[in-house]
Amino acid sequence: MKDFGFGIKKSGVIDLDKADFSLFKEIAEEEPSFLHCFYCGTCTATCSAGKYTGFNLRRLQLLVKRGQLEEVARRISECMLCGKCQWACPKGVNTRHIVTLVNKKLHARKIH
Amino acid sequence: MKLEGKKLIWKDYQKEIPDDKYFYVRSCIRQNMFPASEHYFLKIMREDLGKDVFETEHHTTCGGIGYHCDVIKIETIMSIVARQFALMTEAGYRNYAVSCITSFGLYTEIIHTWHTFPEILENTRRQLKQATGREFEIPEHVAHASDIIFKLRHEIAAKAKYKLVDKKTGRPLKVVEHIGCHYAKMFPHKGVGGAEYPYVLAGMIEAWGGEIVDYPERRHCCGFGFRQYFVKANRGYSLSNTHKKFESMEPFKPDMIITNCPGCPYFMDRWQYVISETEGKTYGENGQGIPVFTYEEVAGLVMGYDPWDLGLQVHQIGPEPVLDKMGIPYDPEAKYKGLEGQDLGKPELPKNICCC
Repeated sequence: MKDFGFGIKKSGVIDLDKADFSLFKEIAEEEPSFLHCFYCGTCTATCSAGKYTGFNLRRLQLLVKRGQLEEVARRISECMLCGKCQWACPKGVNTRHIVTLVNKKLHARKIH
Repeated sequence: MKLEGKKLIWKDYQKEIPDDKYFYVRSCIRQNMFPASEHYFLKIMREDLGKDVFETEHHTTCGGIGYHCDVIKIETIMSIVARQFALMTEAGYRNYAVSCITSFGLYTEIIHTWHTFPEILENTRRQLKQATGREFEIPEHVAHASDIIFKLRHEIAAKAKYKLVDKKTGRPLKVVEHIGCHYAKMFPHKGVGGAEYPYVLAGMIEAWGGEIVDYPERRHCCGFGFRQYFVKANRGYSLSNTHKKFESMEPFKPDMIITNCPGCPYFMDRWQYVISETEGKTYGENGQGIPVFTYEEVAGLVMGYDPWDLGLQVHQIGPEPVLDKMGIPYDPEAKYKGLEGQDLGKPELPKNICCC
C-alpha cells in the first residue's frame, strides 16, 4: 500500500449496522440486571472515581451497548470497584459484577 | 393555472434562467482537469443550439480560491469581480454565465452584499474607476453554466444520439448527481431546487434517460473543502469526506457520477485511486472505479461527440464501462492521441484499480 502522507480518518459516526454487540449480549446473559439500567446516572453522580478521573459508569454501559469496545477498554481501569454505585442504583443493577465481567471479557478479546 | 400543493411549494425553489445572450466566464482550474468541458459547453450552445455566448480573453480569476483559503480579503475580491462585470458591460451583455461553482457562489455573495450595503458598492465603483478607469453594471441574471444546460436539457434531449440507458438491456443507468456546495448551500434561492431539493443535475439525468441514485450522503461535500485539500496536513479530511460518500453510495451500485463543480469531479475521480492504493478498496464493477463526469461531458456524450475529443482520457477512472453501456463507439488506440493525432504518451496504470 502506498503512503501519500495522509489517509482516511476514522469516522466519528457510530454505525449500529457494523457495531460489535457480542459483549453486550454476553453480559446481558450473565448479568441480566444490566438490561434494567435506564441510564438515570445515579451511579455516575455517586461515583468516587468519577470525581478524580473521567470514569462515567452510565457512559460505559452505553458504550458497551453500542459496541464501542476500544473506548470501553480505555476507561474501565479507572473503576476501583468500591460498589457505591450499586448501593445507589434505583433499579438494582449489579454494577460491580458488570464492571468485573467487562474487564474479564475485554481481556479475553485482547482489547486493552 | 392555479398552483396548489407541491407545485405551489416547488415554485419557490425555481430561479429565472435566460436561455440566450450570455457573457461567459471560465474557471481557473477546470481546463487543466477536464480540458474540453468548457469548450464543449460553448460548442453545444453556439453550434448545436444556436445561442449567443460571448467570452473574452481579458477575463481573469475571480479570486475565489484565494478567498476561500483566507488569503485574499473580500474588498480586493470585490474589485476583481467589478472588473469582470465591467468587461460584460463593455461587451453589451446583461446575463452572466459562470463555469465555476465557487465563482458563482462568490458573485452571488458579492451582489447580495452590494444590494444590502449600497455604500460598499459605491466604494467598489470608486476603486475600480481609480484603478482601471472602468465602470460596470451589475448583471441582470447570474446563472451557473449548469443552470443553462438544465434550462436547455430538453432541447439537448431532442438532438441526442445516445441516452443514459444500457443499450443492451434497456435499463436506465443509475446516476449519482453531486452538486457543488457553493452552488446553493450558501444562497439557496439562487440554485434550481434550492439547498434542500437541488434539481439542476437531476433534471438533466431524467431528461437524458437516466435514473437518479438517492443515497444517504447525497448532499455531503465531495471533500475538496479548499483548506481541507490545499493544506497538506488536512488532506486526510478531504479524503475522508470522499470516502464517506463512496461508502454510502456503494450499495446502490451506481453506473456513473455527474457533477457541476470544478473540484467535485476532480476529487471524486482522483481520490478513488488514492483509496484503492491506501485501502485496497474499489467501488465500481470488476475492480474498476465509478466513472465521474462533468455535466458538459455528459451533454457531449449524449449529443454524440467523440469521447476522446471530450477529454475523457484524462480522467483517473476510465469512462469505458459507461461508453460500453450507452453503446457509444470509441477507438481505444486513439485514447492517448491529441486532436492532430499526435501521441500524448500513455500514463502509468495504477496497481489496485482497473482503469481500462
